[in-house]
Amino acid sequence: MFRRHVATLGALAGVCALAVTGCGSRAASVASSGSSGSGDTVVQIGVDSPLTGSLQAPGQGLRYSAQLAVNIANKEKEVPGVTFQLVAKDDEATASIGEQNATAFVADSGVVGVVGPMNSSVAQSEQSVFNAANMVEVSPATTNPSLSQGPNWKTAPSRPYKSFFRDITTDAVQGPFAADYVYKTLGIHTVATVDDGQTYGVGLVETFTQEFTRLGGKVTVAQTATPTTTDYTSVISAIRSSSAQLVYYGGSYPAGAPLTKQLKAGGLNIPEMGGDGNDDPTYIRTAGSAANGDYATLPGAALTSLSTAKTFISEYQAANFPVQYGIYGGTTYDATWSLILAVKTALSADGGKMPSADTFRSQVEGAEQNVSFNGVTGPVSFDKYGDTGDRVITMYKIQNGSWGDGVYSAAFAG
Amino acid sequence: MSVTILLQLVENGLVLGAMYGLIAVGYTMVYGVIQLINFAHGEIFMLGGFGALTVYAWIPGVAHLPLLAALPLMLIGGVAVSVVVAVGAERLAYRPLRTAPRLAPLITAIGLSLALQQVVSLWYRLPGGVNAKGPVSFPSFSGKAFNLGGVLVQPADIFTLAAAAVCMAGLTWFVERTRGGRAIQATAQDPDTARLMGIDTDRMIVLSFAIGAALAAVAAITQGLRYGQISFDMGFVAGLKAFTAAVLGGIGNVRGSMLGGIVLGLVEELSSGVLAHFHTTAQYGQAWADVWAFVLLILVLLVRPQGLLGERVADRA
Repeated sequence: MFRRHVATLGALAGVCALAVTGCGSRAASVASSGSSGSGDTVVQIGVDSPLTGSLQAPGQGLRYSAQLAVNIANKEKEVPGVTFQLVAKDDEATASIGEQNATAFVADSGVVGVVGPMNSSVAQSEQSVFNAANMVEVSPATTNPSLSQGPNWKTAPSRPYKSFFRDITTDAVQGPFAADYVYKTLGIHTVATVDDGQTYGVGLVETFTQEFTRLGGKVTVAQTATPTTTDYTSVISAIRSSSAQLVYYGGSYPAGAPLTKQLKAGGLNIPEMGGDGNDDPTYIRTAGSAANGDYATLPGAALTSLSTAKTFISEYQAANFPVQYGIYGGTTYDATWSLILAVKTALSADGGKMPSADTFRSQVEGAEQNVSFNGVTGPVSFDKYGDTGDRVITMYKIQNGSWGDGVYSAAFAG
Repeated sequence: MSVTILLQLVENGLVLGAMYGLIAVGYTMVYGVIQLINFAHGEIFMLGGFGALTVYAWIPGVAHLPLLAALPLMLIGGVAVSVVVAVGAERLAYRPLRTAPRLAPLITAIGLSLALQQVVSLWYRLPGGVNAKGPVSFPSFSGKAFNLGGVLVQPADIFTLAAAAVCMAGLTWFVERTRGGRAIQATAQDPDTARLMGIDTDRMIVLSFAIGAALAAVAAITQGLRYGQISFDMGFVAGLKAFTAAVLGGIGNVRGSMLGGIVLGLVEELSSGVLAHFHTTAQYGQAWADVWAFVLLILVLLVRPQGLLGERVADRA
């Protein structure tokens, strides 16, 4: 009998372990070095992104791109009398940790606004916290449409949080753009879809499926996995017995790369197409030669093809940051810059004298809505939902082990 | 739903189950001798993968060998790392608590598990400075899958099944036929009497940890070969599944852990694969694989609380 008690204890301990790894590790807050000399007012800008875990590569790129914007604003004295300082927090791509970070940012009266997060699910948990404090959150990477246009964004869009902004095109454009490309350009009319069960992945597959079936295409298999799934054998046997000629994946590369690898190992020589979540060099490293011929879309034009991004790229390289700026580098720089300009506008309306933190935050929120400038990725401004007007998406195809500069880029009318 | 697909699912399930079984041995052996559920065993498994990867990536020349030639070296590296850490953990973390209340070593195991994960995440580096905060690539066989009448068998699957068969045969022989094995059995049955008979029970406990760790390292290498990547946190879910397999088969019973692993693997693959196949049930497929695995565990424990092969340990209480 005693043995069974121990086994029960063990099971209990297992549950405890689950809970501990789920939310135990507090995100470390890293205050970046910003020299506040000559009696300047220090204004802090928060950054929230995954700095550890499987999505750390684009997350770190996001953080350093924001750092670059802050460094340049300080160097050029963009806002006279103000020295900006970056405060980076790690959300581990986990909604609950993001919410803790948001609470900490709001509680810190020195922080005026936040750039981030990277994941739609994290944004969902942070929005209400920031909104209650009238604190601007401008995301350079989250693409789920409901974040800015509410859960009924298809039929009755309405903005749920006036403090949430983003300068990246949503999946309301990204999914249909991919569907259009698959149906018309590739001439493929039957596909299988797999998502990772997260806000971003499910939403992306939904918008893709809707447009694809509207065009006359057929989705033969629709599967849901998890963000940490590495074994797709049962999904693949379902795809094998269907006549799908392409797999559309909604999720991020740590789970997307094993999918394509196992597809090809399973004798299915059909490409996998994903959204911005799949677009990372690690995807190719993990999947090896199986990745060749796969596709991924990325909102915005390719940075390397933009004349406006040349300075950003060379400045970033010159700054010797430890990681590449990644796929959200351009939008992050612009998002940070929009916040800097909003601070500038708000401060000059106050006659250069900083009011209390609460008042200043809501003033910055108002100024952010009316920001308009030419950024790295093109003109930046926000519509009545806090979204960007930019509808350009680029399709990338892996050839010879590289994502290349994109095979097709266009503004998608919808 | 054709027979070929069903057979493919069975093949997948057997391979997955063989891997679970290899890890489950570690839970069962340790539980058998000191009644400790070693929750750090998942991390011992993970470290085996990193040990093998270290040999592959850091020892000059190994990466240029054909994978089959490099594998024995990787196995040595992986097993060595796992065994050293497991034995060290026993000596430093568990032995001082052997007479403490049962909860103390259990909590220690969970703490150790988190610590080992973070150590790898923070400090492991591959050549070129790539860190292990996310999944890292693991070498995998480049050859085509073998086609047995429509059922695809990956080269890594063959390696997994062969490794599991060899390890289990060796372990059964060791436990049942050799002096050392009988000494472990004696320690498990009654440590006090075993000591009176001149058995060094401390050594037998260390030996149990070492055997479990070695098999876990083999399992980690099969996991790396199959999926082409390993990560610092892969031990958590794999460990939980293997623990389930051990309980399913009857914890404390070595053959039971392998049987439990294979049953668990088959149920996971068949339930998720069959459900994924039909349009109306597709949403209960892959995403629900773990649900079916644990439903099975609950059902088995309701009918047979001692596990599938658990009668052998029923005499101790």
